[in-house]
Amino acid sequence: MTSPATITAPAPAAPPVEEHSAGPALVDAPNAVPAPAGPSLRLVPSTPAPEATSLTPGQVEELGRRLDAIRERIVSERGASDAAYIHSVIRKQRYLEIGGRALLFAGVLPPAWILGTAMLSVSKILENMELGHNVMHGQWDWMRDPKIHSSTWDWDNTSPAEQWKHSHNYMHHTYTNVIGKDRDVGYGILRMSDEQKWNPYYLLNPLVNVLLATFFQWGVALHDLDIEKVLAGEKDRRTTWGQLKQIGRKVAKQFTKDYIVFPALAGPFFLPVLAGNVTANLVRNLWSHAIIFCGHFPDGAVQFEEEQLEGETRGEWYVRQMLGSANLDGGPLFHLMSGNLSFQIEHHLFPDLPSNRYSEIAPEVRELCAEYGLKYTTGPLWKQYGQVLRTINRLALPS
Amino acid sequence: MLRALTALTTPLLPEDYLGLVDPLWSQTVLRGRVVAVRRETARATTLTIRPGRRWKGHRAGQFVRIGVDVDGVRHWRTYSLNGNEDSRLLSVTVQALPGGVVSPQLAHGTPVGTVLHLEDAAGEFVLPTPTPAKLLMLTAGSGITPVMGMLRTLAARGPLTDVVLVHSAPTSDDVIFRDELTLLASLHPGLRLVVRHTADEGRLDLAELDELAADREVFVCGPDALLTAVEKRWGARVRLERFTPPVRSEGGSGGTVAYGDTTVDVDGGASLLEAGEDAGVLMPSGCRMGICFGCVLPLRDGQVRNLRTGEIHGEPGDLVQTCISGASGPAHLDI
Repeated sequence: MTSPATITAPAPAAPPVEEHSAGPALVDAPNAVPAPAGPSLRLVPSTPAPEATSLTPGQVEELGRRLDAIRERIVSERGASDAAYIHSVIRKQRYLEIGGRALLFAGVLPPAWILGTAMLSVSKILENMELGHNVMHGQWDWMRDPKIHSSTWDWDNTSPAEQWKHSHNYMHHTYTNVIGKDRDVGYGILRMSDEQKWNPYYLLNPLVNVLLATFFQWGVALHDLDIEKVLAGEKDRRTTWGQLKQIGRKVAKQFTKDYIVFPALAGPFFLPVLAGNVTANLVRNLWSHAIIFCGHFPDGAVQFEEEQLEGETRGEWYVRQMLGSANLDGGPLFHLMSGNLSFQIEHHLFPDLPSNRYSEIAPEVRELCAEYGLKYTTGPLWKQYGQVLRTINRLALPS
Repeated sequence: MLRALTALTTPLLPEDYLGLVDPLWSQTVLRGRVVAVRRETARATTLTIRPGRRWKGHRAGQFVRIGVDVDGVRHWRTYSLNGNEDSRLLSVTVQALPGGVVSPQLAHGTPVGTVLHLEDAAGEFVLPTPTPAKLLMLTAGSGITPVMGMLRTLAARGPLTDVVLVHSAPTSDDVIFRDELTLLASLHPGLRLVVRHTADEGRLDLAELDELAADREVFVCGPDALLTAVEKRWGARVRLERFTPPVRSEGGSGGTVAYGDTTVDVDGGASLLEAGEDAGVLMPSGCRMGICFGCVLPLRDGQVRNLRTGEIHGEPGDLVQTCISGASGPAHLDI
């Protein structure tokens, strides 16, 4: 099998890719105008999105306007109930953390250790995903509450907020799934696309993935350093050193809290508390890694070439976000625990809308996808994660 | 002690957890709890507020900025403090403005127990120390509020020696603190109270007060017209309190925007980011398409226009996404 897993439909009977990759920036054209030759999206040859190629530029921009309308509606509706929601999640997370840490002090008793570790794990997951990720996206900035604001929030994670906002909000959300630009495609250490040239290092792909999942927060912490560029000498040393110092300070605080001070406070019960904290961080790492990788790498999610960015219109940007992202099916509790990243498609279309609204707009987005013949990738976690792991294993070998 | 505890709560502060019990314990954010609500007139309500630990006290006549969440969004408004400055409690009187966003909620929808956000008291409109022997207070409408703080403070310290209060309001029912003022005047022979009902008697002619003002320390608070007239007649020796509303956009696009110390004329179609960069301002930036929040700058004054939707918005303190915002009238960004 040589064709990549991301192909989900037969190859399009469209003209060769080169023909339209040289085309000028697309202009908005009304629907009634006969469609100009060629699709509106320039796609990576190995991972085309055949579903998208039938749209005219006019349709793409019309879709963009309809998505804009959804966004504007939610923006105008945001209010007291949304504020109450985020305040309630913050309260619950803090009670869970206090409860979990308190129970761990009685951690010599196995039931207390298990319950305490579970509560702390859930607290850390909520804190990183539904709170940290979403608050730092500016989803709650509209409340003008300086305590719940993208510019002031910091999270219970070794990654410094400022660096994360750059690598995630800017690099990943602007250049979503563009090989060579979006460093979330493989984090610089994994081969996640056929477009990445194979070398023998990638034989370690499955192992590196297990390590990344296990130490995910550390991977995220180092992410914005862009170690590849540092090694290649392409990055200013002073910038790198400044970032390293910032990471060092954050790591020191996080490490001291979870692995020194809390265990030490427990006195003779140092070890159960330490083990509980290590476990909670591990659970958070594995869970967030799984959710995040299911956002862009299950079968059906498309990757793009840098050419795609040339003169990209707002409508095309929207289409890239839709085709490059994948949702997860589940109930309300699952969505909460995923930080509503189970609505990855909606999140990528509207990264700054409050997370509690994604479930509400998901049916509309799905209908729009159906109407325009775009694939809306979704599935249960076990299935999507299975596909991600399969891709990681497959790409360990040359394509 | 709390500093050491931060090792346990990082990246949060201990108070973020303690705040679950009582938000007033915060050492970094000033909050207050409403402990009493009193109707003054049909439109005006007095809120008595117990400030949190960080409150540094105030002088009578000063004002305080109060932050209140209306439909999930924090709004800040400035109110004169009208309580005794020696009291631990604060008191503000809010007139509900028809169609207002904040004042109707504060005046009519703020029950006892509500937690409000506060800033430190500020303002130069205060009684000098020692207290001048002879005072003339000239007020109109809600301008009585800071002066009331002075009267209450003085009355709580001892008998008033020689104070004349000339207050204007449309009718008797519109006089805020009417009963308390009457009571104060009866308790303090040194307080002379002159109330003018402008609906019947017309506006005050300042010439009537020339003699009274001649040998007195004069404090004036009221509408702009009154202040301007007083300034013109009695000059700089008068102490004035002017309530200045924040700069609002009058609509339209383009305008003069101050980026810190650099002032730039921004064209209608240009983003604040581009215009700033063109003028050589070192602007923070990121995706340049409204996604990443890498370009936000705090708005100090004025309003901006969303280039995508045309919406004109902004209040002092808002963070503005400069890459998708244009000018709409004068504005001031901090950089």
